[in-house]
Amino acid sequence: MTVEYNAEQKIPYPALWHVLYRSSTPFWDGVKEDKLLLQKCKSCGSFLNPPRPMCPKCQSMEQEWVPATGKGKLYSWVTYQESPHPAFKAPYSAVLIELEEGVRIVSNMVKVKPEELQIGMPVQVTFEKVAEDLILPKFETMS
Amino acid sequence: MELYKEKTAIVGIGVVPFSTDIGRTEWYTACQAVKLAVDDAGLDMKRVDGLVKNVDDGPDQMYVQKGLGMDNLTYTAESHWGTSPMMNAITAVASGSVNYAVYYQTAHRASGPEKSISDFRVAREMREDLLDLIRADFYTPFGLIGQPGYVGMTIRRYMHEFNVTPEQMGWVPVVCSENAARNTEAVFFDKSITIQDYINSKVVVDPIRELDCAPKVDGSIAIIVTTLENAKSLRHPPAIIMAATQGTSSEGQFFTSYMRDTITELPEMQFVADELYRVAGIGAKDVKVAQLDDSFAPLVPMQLEALGFCDRGEGAAFCEGGDRIRNGGQLPLNTAGGALGQGRFDSARIVEAVRQVRGTSANQVKDADMVLSVSGAGGPADGLILRRQ
Repeated sequence: MTVEYNAEQKIPYPALWHVLYRSSTPFWDGVKEDKLLLQKCKSCGSFLNPPRPMCPKCQSMEQEWVPATGKGKLYSWVTYQESPHPAFKAPYSAVLIELEEGVRIVSNMVKVKPEELQIGMPVQVTFEKVAEDLILPKFETMS
Repeated sequence: MELYKEKTAIVGIGVVPFSTDIGRTEWYTACQAVKLAVDDAGLDMKRVDGLVKNVDDGPDQMYVQKGLGMDNLTYTAESHWGTSPMMNAITAVASGSVNYAVYYQTAHRASGPEKSISDFRVAREMREDLLDLIRADFYTPFGLIGQPGYVGMTIRRYMHEFNVTPEQMGWVPVVCSENAARNTEAVFFDKSITIQDYINSKVVVDPIRELDCAPKVDGSIAIIVTTLENAKSLRHPPAIIMAATQGTSSEGQFFTSYMRDTITELPEMQFVADELYRVAGIGAKDVKVAQLDDSFAPLVPMQLEALGFCDRGEGAAFCEGGDRIRNGGQLPLNTAGGALGQGRFDSARIVEAVRQVRGTSANQVKDADMVLSVSGAGGPADGLILRRQ
């Protein structure tokens, strides 16, 4: 379900991303170049999602960022009947996508009606420019 | 841990009547609740030597001490989630550090800062909104905002995996409303609702309905913990703490632990259950009444599973029809009306557990000699089991 925005309201941006180097900065830098990057432990190869300073499996603090295939399945979703924030026009859905790599990320679907959403449906990433300086990774059904 | 086995008891409870507009500052009602609890115990205020609270709630200990004139305060602590400050109180007493520890929870969430004239609330809400970086980075830009949405993601998956119907999810709110309607202290539900009322209730964030979400309330509660020896000279027979624990799990994220192999179970609550039963030396079948976290009612079935009252995936079917969870059923739940009936206020569950043990509940369960209370469904959890002397 395509999210409709209220042009007069600023969409909430990822927090403080201009201010501090944070665990998620490379993720959002990748999105600016239409890349979906995942943080991976250099020592044991586990995906770290959401990104973090240390691997919970082996406590290594060395990580790398690797491109995801961008393919996955719809794992769950919710549909807002009332908008919790003036930037978003209800009704709209937020979805949880399970990527092929096994990690799950929150996003939105594009070009899908809410009644067409089905758990398990195959999806692939697409990048939507939602504001002058904000691109978000979203998902569309796989043809 | 053996430190938490039968060493301490709850000997006093103080409850300022819940309200949607309490008309006082949090400082005022915090002092009021502690005084009520100290009087309930039959204790001299000067003997209280420990004060603990939730990090984000109410005025800090210095203010409460200033109001109540506690001259012997030697221990203060704050904990974050649910009713976990109880662990600070019990640890302080059981270890011999203090004699009488008071846990107070004061928060005027319904009336708002303008009316409760409290700076404490503002700090609490800023912390909530600004400092959770994962939420701000990975949920908010996509419009996944607010707890009903967070919980809804988990609940849709749960309903999908176990073929749960919306109607099955409605029985916890129905039974809570029935209990609340018989409890004059409960602010919400003058009369009980029917399952049809639930089905007709507004869908806020599909699949979460308005009647799934516990309303905000103004409240102030204090609970006194002491040793079994000290308890002998006090007014009420003690509610003995058979076991108490916190439970956490890796990849935990408040209401959004989406990264685990499965998102349809509560490993933190499972930990609490295993530890409580092990320390207390009892099983789920020995629990006569349970006070579960119904801040979001659809998380109750998952708690029933984690706590061993039914098998995985059967929690919603367990509640269907309501008879098993009503007074007189297999496991009476949330007998004061729960968070749905009393408002969302975690320590109210411990108060109700104490009342069941004392025999003074508005919905008193016969032979309520062992009572369970837990908090923190969908995040770090904690719980305790109380028994009669």
